[in-house]
Amino acid sequence: MKIDFEHRQSAHCETGVISNLMRHHGLDISEPMALGIGSGLFFSHMPFIKVNGLPVTTYRIMPGDIFKKFSKRTGVEMKRQAFSSPEKAMNELDACLEQGLPVGMLTSVFYLPYLPRAFRFHFNAHNIVVYGKEGDDYLVSDPILEKPEVIDRRMLIRARFAKGMPNTNGRMYYPTHVPKDIDINVAIIKGLKYTAKDMGTIPLPIFGGRAIGFLASRVANYDKKYGKEEAKKYLGNIVRMQEEIGTGGAGFRFMFGAFLQEASARLGNPVLHKKSLEITKIGDQWRNFAYDCGRMCKDRADNLTYQDLADQLSDIGRKEILFFQSIHKMKF
Amino acid sequence: MKKDEVPQDDENLFEGKFKVVKYAVDENGNYGTVGSSGWEPENVVLNQAWEEINKKVEETKKKIEAGELSPLAYHMEKNIMDVGMLSQYMDISKRNVSKHLELAGFNELDEKTLKRYAEVFDISVEELKKTE
Repeated sequence: MKIDFEHRQSAHCETGVISNLMRHHGLDISEPMALGIGSGLFFSHMPFIKVNGLPVTTYRIMPGDIFKKFSKRTGVEMKRQAFSSPEKAMNELDACLEQGLPVGMLTSVFYLPYLPRAFRFHFNAHNIVVYGKEGDDYLVSDPILEKPEVIDRRMLIRARFAKGMPNTNGRMYYPTHVPKDIDINVAIIKGLKYTAKDMGTIPLPIFGGRAIGFLASRVANYDKKYGKEEAKKYLGNIVRMQEEIGTGGAGFRFMFGAFLQEASARLGNPVLHKKSLEITKIGDQWRNFAYDCGRMCKDRADNLTYQDLADQLSDIGRKEILFFQSIHKMKF
Repeated sequence: MKKDEVPQDDENLFEGKFKVVKYAVDENGNYGTVGSSGWEPENVVLNQAWEEINKKVEETKKKIEAGELSPLAYHMEKNIMDVGMLSQYMDISKRNVSKHLELAGFNELDEKTLKRYAEVFDISVEELKKTE
């Protein structure tokens, strides 16, 4: 049982699954478009929420929300299910495959044996598409991989019923209705406006562009507050969230730049093309920051101080606030 | 990031299985995707995270050898779990998991509970009692 499903590699799992599933149902949406329409780009630093003892820094909205916003703005209807038992979850998956429906689902990368060992942490919000079954093996389109993979039933059950943050509970989803007359331009503008508003105008220090300055103020004191060795772990975590598989580089800023270019062409709006080049420059600054953090973690940083890193971040923060405010003010 | 700047700092973290996708611009500023075999800062911070995990595993092993902890602690650390996560997988209280992390508590475990722990870690009961 194998559904004719085109696997395309993406930078990020959620946007990749959106793009691949939508294309299967006749809606040709690139990965950057999925990010933009689903308002995926964000920033937040929450020092009071810790994972493995390190504060949470995120460059995107909550897992699952890109898909939800994308569906809302395009009118795509999705069936979403969670299950109390693996038996039910697998039966329902099999039933969908029998009907010729590729199914998106939430998994934990820890239990995906086809992934390289180094990336298998307890990250329970990895999206994949299952598009067939051969004997006890399931055919998997994992968006971050170049080619489709295979996983046996036992491991797929483990991946679908992982515990922690969050419990995956066998969650799965597939489109039930993809309208033929979607006004993509309207969806683009809605997605863009939402991101611009959140990044440019939220007055709280922990969300949006302002949170970058807030993180900067914390980073400035990392070595004094936590000591040299601990401080490196804090820095390392910021970089991991920014660069580790799935952001397309610079914490989604480059992917967002690609979205702005596509949006510019579709809307016939040259300003958005200029904006794309602006965010690309900011993305380059994020990359320089990550590079310097890497040097700091490796003790190869010469005279670089935590205050220097904080200054880099403050500058990025100021630029992102202005950047998104200017988009927020645009009339379409 | 320009296309020719997309890093190819391969430290075999992808085990030669694939390249990841990065978004980058060509000489005219137009976006496209380029495969990347890794980037040094990413490699650094990923290795850093694993060193931390491995350090914990080794420390735990020493404590087990000294009789301070049960072998369960080793498997918990090796699977990057904590008491909270393990208690969720076992569907028992954190307090009970903590008890089983002590040698005395572990030695009192019945065969059924041992088997459940072994299943969580995907190993045999014999392996569960060892630190290898």
